[in-house]
Amino acid sequence: MRLALRGTAPRWLTPVLLLITVVVTFAITAGPIRAAGAAPGAAYERYVLTPLSSPASFYEVLLAATPLLFTGLAVAIAFRSGYYNIGAEGQFLAGAMGATAVALAWPDLPRGIALPVAFVAGAAGGALWALIPALLRVKLDIDEVVTTLLLNPVALLLLQGMLNGPWRNPVNQFPESQAFSGSYVLPSVIPGARVHLGFVIALALAVLAWLVISRTATGLRMRAVGLAAPAARFSGVSVQRTLLGSALASGAIAGLGGMSQVCGLQGQLTGEISSNFGYTGIVVATLGGLTALGVVLVAVLLADITVGAESAARVLQLPPQMGQVLTAVLLLVTVSLLVFRRYRLVLRPSRPPASTRQPSTPTAEHAGVSP
Amino acid sequence: MSSVSSAPSAPGTAARPVVELRDIRKSYGDLLVNDGVDLSLEEGEVHAVLGENGAGKTTLMRILYGLTRPDSGEIRVAGEPVTIATPKDAIAHGIGMVTQHFALVKPMTVTENVVLSEIGLGRVNLATARRKVLEAADRIGVAVDPDARVGSLSIGEQQRVEILKALYNDCRVLILDEPTAVLVPQDVDALFATVHRLTEQGMAVLFISHKLHEVSANSTRVSVLRRGRIVETMPTGNADPRALAELMVGRPTLGVRRADAPVAADPELALAEPTGTTSEPPPAKDVVLQLEEVSLGGSGTRLTLDGVSLSVRSGEIVGVAGVSGNGQRELVDVLCGMAAPIAGRVTVGGTDITGRGPRDVMNAGLGRIPEDRHGSVVGELSVEHNLVIEDLDSYRRGPFLDRRRVRAHAEALIERFSIKAKPTDPIGSLSGGNMQKVLLARVLSRDPRAVVVAQPSRGLDVGATEFVHRELLDRRAAGAAVLLVSEDLEELLALADRLVVMFEGRIVGEVPIAEATPARLGLLMAGEAA
Amino acid sequence: MIDILALIGAMLVAATPLIYAATGEVLTERAGILNLGIEGTMYAGAFSGFLVAAKTGSPWLGLAAALVLGVVAGALMGLLVVTLGVNQHVAGIGTTLLLIGASEFTNRLLYGGGALVQIDKFGLLFPDVPVLGQYVLTYVALIVVVPFVWWLLRATGFGLRVRAVGENPEAADAAGISVARTRYAALMGGGALMAAGGAFLTLAVVGTFTLNISNGRGWVCIALVIFARWRVWPAVLGALLFAGVDALQLQLVITPAFSGIPRELMLALPYLVVIAALAASGRGLVYPGAYLKPYRRA
Repeated sequence: MRLALRGTAPRWLTPVLLLITVVVTFAITAGPIRAAGAAPGAAYERYVLTPLSSPASFYEVLLAATPLLFTGLAVAIAFRSGYYNIGAEGQFLAGAMGATAVALAWPDLPRGIALPVAFVAGAAGGALWALIPALLRVKLDIDEVVTTLLLNPVALLLLQGMLNGPWRNPVNQFPESQAFSGSYVLPSVIPGARVHLGFVIALALAVLAWLVISRTATGLRMRAVGLAAPAARFSGVSVQRTLLGSALASGAIAGLGGMSQVCGLQGQLTGEISSNFGYTGIVVATLGGLTALGVVLVAVLLADITVGAESAARVLQLPPQMGQVLTAVLLLVTVSLLVFRRYRLVLRPSRPPASTRQPSTPTAEHAGVSP
Repeated sequence: MSSVSSAPSAPGTAARPVVELRDIRKSYGDLLVNDGVDLSLEEGEVHAVLGENGAGKTTLMRILYGLTRPDSGEIRVAGEPVTIATPKDAIAHGIGMVTQHFALVKPMTVTENVVLSEIGLGRVNLATARRKVLEAADRIGVAVDPDARVGSLSIGEQQRVEILKALYNDCRVLILDEPTAVLVPQDVDALFATVHRLTEQGMAVLFISHKLHEVSANSTRVSVLRRGRIVETMPTGNADPRALAELMVGRPTLGVRRADAPVAADPELALAEPTGTTSEPPPAKDVVLQLEEVSLGGSGTRLTLDGVSLSVRSGEIVGVAGVSGNGQRELVDVLCGMAAPIAGRVTVGGTDITGRGPRDVMNAGLGRIPEDRHGSVVGELSVEHNLVIEDLDSYRRGPFLDRRRVRAHAEALIERFSIKAKPTDPIGSLSGGNMQKVLLARVLSRDPRAVVVAQPSRGLDVGATEFVHRELLDRRAAGAAVLLVSEDLEELLALADRLVVMFEGRIVGEVPIAEATPARLGLLMAGEAA
Repeated sequence: MIDILALIGAMLVAATPLIYAATGEVLTERAGILNLGIEGTMYAGAFSGFLVAAKTGSPWLGLAAALVLGVVAGALMGLLVVTLGVNQHVAGIGTTLLLIGASEFTNRLLYGGGALVQIDKFGLLFPDVPVLGQYVLTYVALIVVVPFVWWLLRATGFGLRVRAVGENPEAADAAGISVARTRYAALMGGGALMAAGGAFLTLAVVGTFTLNISNGRGWVCIALVIFARWRVWPAVLGALLFAGVDALQLQLVITPAFSGIPRELMLALPYLVVIAALAASGRGLVYPGAYLKPYRRA
C-alpha cells in the first residue's frame, strides 16, 4: 500500500473528506467521552449546538472567538505567503504589552484618541515581535519556524517581568497591571453582552484580509510567493519584500488580538492574558484552509466548542479539557485526510502487464505531455 | 546463479556476455523511451552507449540497476534470466552504478558512505570497513582518505567514492552514467585510468556519453542509441567519428521553417548539400541583444559559462545548439535575470541588464520563455493571473486588481493563441502545449524587442509545435531579436538564421545556416573542432 | 553568599529533563524531522508516569508507562509526517495540543479538582553527599542514555541509517535503507526519551502532577538542539548551562546584591542566546539536509 500523486482532485472529494473528518473525529473522541461517563451524542450536542441555542451563549461564543479570529488571520496571512510564523502567541502578548504601555503611560487621554493610540501600539508591539525572525529569514535565510517559536516564551517572560516589576499593581501588589482607565476599554457592541468592539475589528480585519488576498496585486504576489517562490521570483515578484511584508502584517494582526483582549475583556494586563491563543491560531488557520472566511468559520466553531465544553462540564460533568482534545483531534484528522486531495491510495504498486506496448509515435491529436 | 558457471568455456577469444538486455521497452505515457533495446556486455570490455539527450540512455541504465522498472523485456546475468526490481537486486547480481547525481550523504565520511548499503542495525566495524575501502582504492589506483567527509571532497573525488561503493559490493559490472559531465579535464583522465584498471581485472564497464572523443579514446565497443533504439553496435576501432555523429543525431525532417530556409524536393539533400542560393545576407540591422564575455561560476572551480559572447540583431533568430548540460540552461538563467554573472556584460537594446533581476530584464524589453515551464508559472494560480503576474501594476485600479481588465486580457490572448483553457483554470492543469502557449502569450503580449526561448517545443505535439514555431517566426518578421536555445537540431535548422554551438560553457563555433549539416554540428556538439 | 555545591546540585536536577528530551529531539532531527510534539510528549510523559506510579505505587512502573507513551507519541508523529507527509510544524503543534489536552482531561477525570495526590517518588542516591546526591535517573541520563545515543548515532548501523535518511533520503533509499522505517524508529525512540524527561518532573522532582508542569521545557530543547548543532554532548552542555542559569537565578533572588536583576530576564537568556547564535552563524548553519522535508520515492 502506498500513496501516489494524483493529478487534480475530483470535485466531490473535498466535501466527502470533510464528512469523513467529522465522522472520524467523533469516533476517536467518543471513547474518552464514554470513559467520562457521558453519552457521546449528548456531549456533541452540548459542544456544538447548545452554545448556539440562546442569544446569551451565542454572544459568549463570539467573545471566545475574538482572539482566535486575530491569531487565525495572522497565521493564515503568513502561511499564505509561505512564511511559517509559529510565533503568533508571542506577538499576541507583545501587542497586549504595547497597548498596556500606552494605557498606563497616558491614562487621561480621551477615548477618541486613547483607543486609536492603543490600537496602533498593539499592532506595533506585535509587528516588532515579528520583526527579528522576519529579518533573519529574509536577510540570512534562517528558518523562521524555530526563531518565531522561541520568541514565544521570551514574550511570556517579558510579560511576567513587567508584571512583577514596573507594572505591578501598586494597590494590592499582585503581579497584574492596574485597571485601565475607562477610555481604553473597548465598548460592548451588544447591550448586556460581553462581546466588545474587538470582535467587530476582527471581522473588519477578516474582510480586509480577504480583500487584500483575493482582490489586490499585493495579495496575488503573496499567493504566488507562497505557492511557488521560484516562479514568483522569475515573474519579477520580490520574494523578500513579500515575505517581510506578510511577516510584519501577521505580527501586527496578532498584536491587535492582544490589544483587543487586554482592552476588551480584561481591562488590565494579567499573566493569563493568553490561553494558547497563538498556538490555537495555527489550528484555526490550518483548518480554515488559510482563507479569511475559513478562519472566521473555524474560529467560531472552536469558540463554540470551548463554550460548549464549559457547559458540558457543568451539565455532564465532562472535564472542559475535552474541548481542547476535540480541537486537536479535529486538526490532526483534517490535515491527515487533506493529504488525499493530492495523493491517492494505491493498494498495489502499479505495473503494467508485461505485454503492454505503446505505439511508437504519439498521436498528433493528443495534447503533448512532457514526461 | 551468482556463481560463474563452471561449464567449459572456450579459452581466449569467445568472451561470454556477463549481462544481456533483451528487447527492453519502457514508456512514460505516450512517450516511448526504450523501444526494444538489445544490448550485451562482455567481460573486460568498456562498452560505450552513445546518444543524444532523450535517446533513452539513462532510462536503460536505470532499468539495469533496478531504479526503473521496464514495461517488458528480459535481463540476463551470466546467461540466466533475473529480476532486478531494486538496486539491492542489482547489487546482489554484481551490478554497480554511478548515477549522474551522486547518491552520497555529504556530512558522512567516505567509509560511512561506502558501508551504507550493507550495514545492519548493530555496531559497525568501521576499522574493518576502512581497511576494505583502502584496499579497494588501491585496486583502482587512486588515493582516497577514508575518514574525509564526502562534502569536503571535489566532484571528481566524490565520483571515486561512488566507484568505491560499487567495488565494495563486489560488482563485476559497473555502469557510469555520463561520468564526465561534471568533471574537469584532469579528473576525466584519472577516471579513464581507473576504468582501464578495472577492465584489466576482468570487470565490464558500461558507460554513457554523448562526447565522441571520449567514446573513441576509451571504449572497446560502442552502441549508438537514437530515439529509444540501438541503431548500431560496433567495435570502436572501426568507427569513424563523423559516422558516429550522424548516427547519433540522425537526419532531420522538416516542419515549419523560415520562408528563406533551404527547401528542396528531398529534404535530406537540402541539408547535406546546402544550396545557399536563397539565403541572401539580411540587411544589417541593429544589434538588440548582446552578451560580452559573460562568465558564470558553478560548483567548485569549473565555470558553467566561460566568456560567452554573442549578439542577436533585430529580425534575426540565432539558434544555440549543444548537448544539454553544456551551459545552455545557465545562459538562459543569466538572460532571464535569475543568475548574476561573475564577469561580462549583458545588454538589451542598449540597456545594461547585467546582474539585474527579472523585473529590470523585462522592463528592458526582453521576453523570456525558459525550458522549465512548470518553474515559470505558479501552477495553482489561474491562467488569467499567470498572464498578468509579470506586469501586475498595469492591471491595478487603485489598490485593487482590475478584474475586468485581467479577464478581458486573458480572454483576448486565449482567443488569439487558441489556448484550450478557461481564464480561471489553474495553469498547472493545462497540457504542456497549452501551458507553453500561455507562456508565449504572456511574453509576446508585451511586445518584447528581444526574446529568449529555450526548448520551445519539448514535449509538445505536432500541432502545438507548429504553432509555437510560427509565432517565433512572426516575432522575427516583426523585428524582434530571438535567441533560440534548443537540443532539437531539426527545430534549429528550420527556424534559425545562424547557429552557435555551446560546449562546456563556451561557444565553440558559429555556423551559418546554409553550412549547417548534421555531421558538422554533431562534431561541434561533441567537442570536436570542425 | 552563593552556595556553589548546592547550585551544582540544583543545576543537575533542573538539567535532567532537558537532557533526556533534547537527546530525543537530536535523534528525531537527525532523521530529518523537527518534532514540535516534544512539549506535549514531555507533558504527557509527566502525567502518565505520575498516573501509573500513583495507581501502582511504583515509580519504576510509572517510568515504564511514560516510555510506552513516548513511543506511541512518536508513532503518531510518524503516521502524520512520515506516512502522510503532513507539514511538520502543523503536525507537531497539533500533537502537542492533543497530548496536553488529553493529559489534563484524564487528570481532571480521575482526580477532579481535588487535593494533589502525592506519589512514592524516586529517592536520591547518596542523599547526604552534596552534588552527588542525585536521582538515579540523572545518573542514568549522564552515564547510560547520553553515551548510548552518542554511540548509536556514531558507530552503529542504526545511527548511520538515521543520519543518512536525515541528510539524503534519496541516497539512503538507493542504498536499500527504508527511509520510513528508520524515521519511525527515530521518532519512537526520541519520543520515549522526551517522555522520560517529562516523567522525571513528576516521578523525581515534584512527586505529583500539576498543570503546566513542563512549562515550555520542550521549546527550550528545540533551541538547545539547534544550539548544539544536532550533536548530543553539546546539547547536554546547553542543558546544563540553561539549568545552571535557572538554578543561579533562584539563588540570586535571595542574594541582595543581585536582587535587582529580574529573574525573567535571566530565564529568557537561553532563548535569546540561541537566536543570537542562529543569527551569528547565519548562512553558515548547516541543518540536516532533509530537515522538514517529507520523502516520497519519485
